[in-house]
Amino acid sequence: MSYLHQFLFGIYPYIALAVFLFGSLARFEREQYTWKSDSSQLLHRGNLRVANILFHLGIIGLFFGHLVGLLTPVAVWDAIGVSHGFKQIFAMAAGGIFGTTCLIGLLMLLHRRLTDPRIAAVTKTGDKVLLLWILTTLALGLSTILVSAQHTDGHMMVLLMTWAQHIITFRGDAAEYISAAPFLFKAHLFMGLSLFVIFPFTRLVHVWSGFASVGYLSRAWQLVRSR
Amino acid sequence: MSHFLDRLKFLSRVKETFANGHGAVVDEDRKWEDGYRSRWQHDKIVRSTHGVNCTGSCSWKVYVKNGLITWETQQTDYPRTRPDLPNHEPRGCPRGASYSWYVYSAQRVKYPMIRGRLMEMWRDARKTMDPITAWESISQDPKKAKRYKSVRGLGGFVRADWETANEIIAAANAFTVKKFGPDRVIGFSPIPAMSMVSYAAGARYLSLIGGACLSFYDWYCDLPPASPQIWGEQTDVPESADWYNSTYLMVWGSNVPQTRTPDAHFYTEVRYKGTKTVAVSSDFGEMVKFGDIWLAPKQGTDAALAMAMGHVVLKEFHLGNKSDYFRSYIKQYTDMPMLVMLKPHGDGYVPDHFLRTSQLPDNLGEANNPDWKTVAIDATTQQLVAPNGSVGFRWGEANHNGGEKVGRWNLETRDGGSGREIDPVLSLVSGHDAVVEVGFNYFGGNDANDLLQRRVPARKIKLADGREVLVATVYDLSMANYGVDQGLGGGNVATSFDDDVPYTPAWQEKHTSVPRQQVIQVAREFAQNAHETHGKSMVIVGAALNHWYHMDMTYRGIINLLMMCGCVGQSGGGWAHYVGQEKLRPQFGWAPLAFALDWVRPPRQMNGTSFFYAHTSQWRHEKLHVDEILAPTADKAKLSKLSMIDFNAKSERMGWLPSAPQLETNPLDICDAAASAGMEVPKYLAEKLKSGAERMSCDDPDNPKNFPRNMFVWRSNILGSSGKGHEYFLKYLLGTQNAVFDDPTHAVKPTEVTYREQAAEGKLDLLTVLDFRMSTTCLYGDIVLPTATWYEKDDLNTSDMHPFIHPLSEAVQPLWESRTDWEIYKGIAKKFSELAGPYLGTRKDVVLQPLMHDTPGELGQPLEPKDWKHGECDLIPGKTAPNMLVVERNYGDVYKKFTSVGPLLDKLGNGGKGINWDTKHEVHELAGFTKTVTEPGVSEGRPRLETAIDAAEMILTFAPETNGHVSVKAWEALSKITGRDHTHLAIGREHDKIRFRDVQAQPRKIISAPTWSGLESEEVSYNAGYTNVHELIPWRTLTGRQQFYQDHRWMLDFGEGFCVYKPAIDTKTVAPMLGKHSNGEHELVLNWITPHQKWGIHSTYSDNLRMLTLSRGGPHVWVSEAEAKQAGLVDNDWVEVFNSNGTLTARVVVSQRVPKGMCLMYHAQEKIVNVPGAEVSGMRGGIHNSVTRAVLKPTHMIGGYAQQAYGFNYYGTVGSNRDEFVIVRKMRKVDWLEGPLVEEGATK
Repeated sequence: MSYLHQFLFGIYPYIALAVFLFGSLARFEREQYTWKSDSSQLLHRGNLRVANILFHLGIIGLFFGHLVGLLTPVAVWDAIGVSHGFKQIFAMAAGGIFGTTCLIGLLMLLHRRLTDPRIAAVTKTGDKVLLLWILTTLALGLSTILVSAQHTDGHMMVLLMTWAQHIITFRGDAAEYISAAPFLFKAHLFMGLSLFVIFPFTRLVHVWSGFASVGYLSRAWQLVRSR
Repeated sequence: MSHFLDRLKFLSRVKETFANGHGAVVDEDRKWEDGYRSRWQHDKIVRSTHGVNCTGSCSWKVYVKNGLITWETQQTDYPRTRPDLPNHEPRGCPRGASYSWYVYSAQRVKYPMIRGRLMEMWRDARKTMDPITAWESISQDPKKAKRYKSVRGLGGFVRADWETANEIIAAANAFTVKKFGPDRVIGFSPIPAMSMVSYAAGARYLSLIGGACLSFYDWYCDLPPASPQIWGEQTDVPESADWYNSTYLMVWGSNVPQTRTPDAHFYTEVRYKGTKTVAVSSDFGEMVKFGDIWLAPKQGTDAALAMAMGHVVLKEFHLGNKSDYFRSYIKQYTDMPMLVMLKPHGDGYVPDHFLRTSQLPDNLGEANNPDWKTVAIDATTQQLVAPNGSVGFRWGEANHNGGEKVGRWNLETRDGGSGREIDPVLSLVSGHDAVVEVGFNYFGGNDANDLLQRRVPARKIKLADGREVLVATVYDLSMANYGVDQGLGGGNVATSFDDDVPYTPAWQEKHTSVPRQQVIQVAREFAQNAHETHGKSMVIVGAALNHWYHMDMTYRGIINLLMMCGCVGQSGGGWAHYVGQEKLRPQFGWAPLAFALDWVRPPRQMNGTSFFYAHTSQWRHEKLHVDEILAPTADKAKLSKLSMIDFNAKSERMGWLPSAPQLETNPLDICDAAASAGMEVPKYLAEKLKSGAERMSCDDPDNPKNFPRNMFVWRSNILGSSGKGHEYFLKYLLGTQNAVFDDPTHAVKPTEVTYREQAAEGKLDLLTVLDFRMSTTCLYGDIVLPTATWYEKDDLNTSDMHPFIHPLSEAVQPLWESRTDWEIYKGIAKKFSELAGPYLGTRKDVVLQPLMHDTPGELGQPLEPKDWKHGECDLIPGKTAPNMLVVERNYGDVYKKFTSVGPLLDKLGNGGKGINWDTKHEVHELAGFTKTVTEPGVSEGRPRLETAIDAAEMILTFAPETNGHVSVKAWEALSKITGRDHTHLAIGREHDKIRFRDVQAQPRKIISAPTWSGLESEEVSYNAGYTNVHELIPWRTLTGRQQFYQDHRWMLDFGEGFCVYKPAIDTKTVAPMLGKHSNGEHELVLNWITPHQKWGIHSTYSDNLRMLTLSRGGPHVWVSEAEAKQAGLVDNDWVEVFNSNGTLTARVVVSQRVPKGMCLMYHAQEKIVNVPGAEVSGMRGGIHNSVTRAVLKPTHMIGGYAQQAYGFNYYGTVGSNRDEFVIVRKMRKVDWLEGPLVEEGATK
């Protein structure tokens, strides 16, 4: 196991998560007026609605798919009788569907952002980097389906789950589990981790608010404050 | 504390709930609200105002935050005026309120800009030459000159620095002064009142070097010539608060809520008092909504309506002596009792000159100016008397009989000869020697004879030369003129209002389409109200009436109505004309600053209209033949051969109108030549002129010797707004791309002025424009200098609408590289002194000055005007020709003089309006504030004028309106001439001194001064003519009274002795174009009406994004529904509007507001936003003035004749524009002419 591998998949995840958490916190504390999704809806309607829904449907599906798929302990799946092979096939299918949905939406959004002159005029470099970053990560993720399809026994999947769970439970040996993983997986992992790094510096911060907005479902109609 | 930690309390933040859980009490952080709080926080508030051309003089709070101008709100701290009057505040309009947008907008000019091609040649030339030679090498090389002149208006500016810009300007000026003469350097800037120091900066520089300032008020056609004709007063009007004192208010062709927005509240408030309001307007203007009655005459026929109202009033109130008030008013305050000689004409007579004492035996005892004293009959003695107050009593009485008649220039009803009380006879109906047929000119059409014979009672008198002549009173002649039968019978008079005789209500119905019953009702009510209230009937008038060729007829018709009803000079009554002119309240303090009268007198001044008519060669396209406007009684053999430019040249050489340029030879060289000939300059020049060896420039405008060469435009957008005949400007003055279609071969050719087959194009060598926005004018400039906005400079601002003097203040320093106008001209003056000092040295300059109003010179030729050039009289400078005055100019001292107060104020004092007072004390006082110059030189020891605030202090110190001591001195000076003590009008405020910091703290009420005819006091609102009526100060006319009758020969020749109805003239611009450039769409022919707009005039510009958003987003014209349907137009279609003068493109507004026959375009919509190409020209569409051309009127050129004498912005030709017709047509192809820039843009 090379040092680079150890760094990228044993240490870098902590850096990424630290930047993600503390970066978000710092921005939330200091730059309240920049905490927004920077919607371009006012500038140009076009196919925004369709593209946006497809993209968000896909990416939210992928987010929860990865969250549940990677972080649920193997013992739980075993206990409820889900075989590794079935889980892998299920993950490939669901990931494929959500990934494709997300990809279509993303391409539509990219096209719109780069070609409409009004939107292009307000597009910052960071916006372009972000969209291309997601696109690359997504493309890599989708292409792992082809690799996975060659060994559907769920072994590789379990290694990845183990890696993820070891990372978040602060066990130093996490990187070892995936040292043999195909390059595509590693590339996807790196890109995905890096997404957390750039997160606080982009419009992605609106994700926090998006989740927080669920709170509105149980909020009282009227809020007042005592003196 | 922390946004995040606060959110962490998410689950516990609800302290309690209420309303069944629908509400919750929370304890969360509300810091986000600070964002909204700080939105309205600011660092400072500065008092300023707006001045595109605004009469508002509204007080605004300008907010500055983090060093940026952020927004403005209305100030509410005006001093209260009188009890019962509503507050003036808040003053302002949506246009001013949106102004802060402009300061940082993309339109802002940020750096000095120079036309690229000029800059390239300049840099090249400067490698080997000094600045002056460099300028000569470019401007005098026809090829090089064409290279930069022909691309004016087509972009191509490069950024420059101040040093280069000043150097080019100074070099060009110095070269022009030496080669062609200082009067070839011209300046145009309008409306000094809106920022007096800024105006003064340029005018002071030009006056010091001998350049000529152009007037604007006449050129804008905002000057009402009727006012000088009737009152000898440029324009004097009630403040808007006086509307509130009126009990019958007519609003006639003035859209008060739209164009006088901050004052409109008085118009609504007075209605709550019970005042009846009548709106007179052809279209459904906003003011119509306030009217209890709406009269809608066909546009341009208002004079007919006014005449019919006059007919009703004369018949119902004067004929039966129904109103003692009216009778005593017209007897004392108008020329009604004055005698007019009747001249035999055909079988009858026509009215001729006023009878003068010089025509009577022994001059009727008058040794002084007997030619200028008019005569009446005293009822008690039945003797001829020369009543006090005629203009002859005003001048020179001190030099005769030990000055025994000094102090008889007043309106006491006394015989000027004996001084005893008199009772002037109004009518000779019951005491005549004969009843004769007198002919009155009629111009209204074929519905009556062109000479209406009417019976007039006359008295026979014997003249000094033994002749027996008939005389009649103006009163009897007026009755006859209006077609009122005084029981004398005869033809052409009416027995009932239903008779179709000029000028009955029935007759007017045919011309105006207003029902006769409405006319009778309004006239009766108007007069009845005036009778009962002693004159509280008022008429507010505006541009809709004054922008016509025969505007003086409409205005005189209305003013006659007011005079008949005794309304002028009475609180709540009179003539309220609000067009263009802001009242320059501290005028007499400002004039020495602006025209450098502290260093050199007189300045060169030129009337704008005649200047532009001549030098934009609009005269080459003149279609109006003089026969079309001459009276049937005129001497056609003598006059028919003259064209309008001939009349103008005649007027200039007779000293009536000013000239610029003045003479073919450089005036500096003339002085040298006179010196070497060992002669006095005036004598030398007079001889040269008589022999024909020297010609005046006006006789040959297309001679390169007579071109204006350098021009400054500041505080103005002449090419995007007020330049009538826009395309002619482009073609002839500037020599660039234009859309003139008119063929000059069909024009009326001059017979006295030289017509050159080859027209001159590109006369101007250098056009320098100072502006803070890239206006249309800037686009045509050669050098554009960035100036400070109204929020970035210190200046003064006053208005005719309210009595306060108001500042502009520097909220932030001038942005980017901009400078205030004061600093810009100071910089130019400095560079000019450096270059011109060694180049020009000290020279003598001869200034031709016309016979000026309010000076003894206004007594020019008393009866028959004679032209020296035709050998009719001798050339006598100051009598039959202009004054010829020699002044010395040290060209190296211009900067030193610019920045200090000169010694002439100690030596000659200061004054105006024919009075003068000592100002030594004020010079000393000012020096105490601004300190004195310590550098050696001509200005050492003089008070400094370093900053704009110093300049403002100079104005305030020398003006009677802002310095109580000066006001008392001014009233004392006037008291000497009138023989009545007027100082009580100012004595209560003698120790009031208003200084610049005072007006910045709060707008201040001005002090009453003899500059004006109204008072600003705790008792009355400002009302024009008030001091004439209540202090018995004569009007500055021939008779000293308000004149129903105008007796100058030219007035009689053009049939305007008495007021008559004259329809619009035919400009002949549609026929050559109609159907000749068809695109297949229906072509409408409509009258072209260009009123003030709602979304961008007075206080901001039409390219203000906020205003564009509220309007149509670009140029638009209004058309009636019926005609739109006829031409297949729907709202918002693109149309082209054109005639032989040019073309423009706009979107169409289809509206019920507009009556048939009219196309309305708000003026000053520039061609810089959303203007596509025009189909007819293939070039980008123009502005509203692309389809107009100025036409001069000879009666406006009269001079040297009491009230009809020249004064800057006072009298002269005016640039009318509403008689024009256009073709309106739907566009097939809207071409934006977009494409890459090509090098030879000029050819297409």
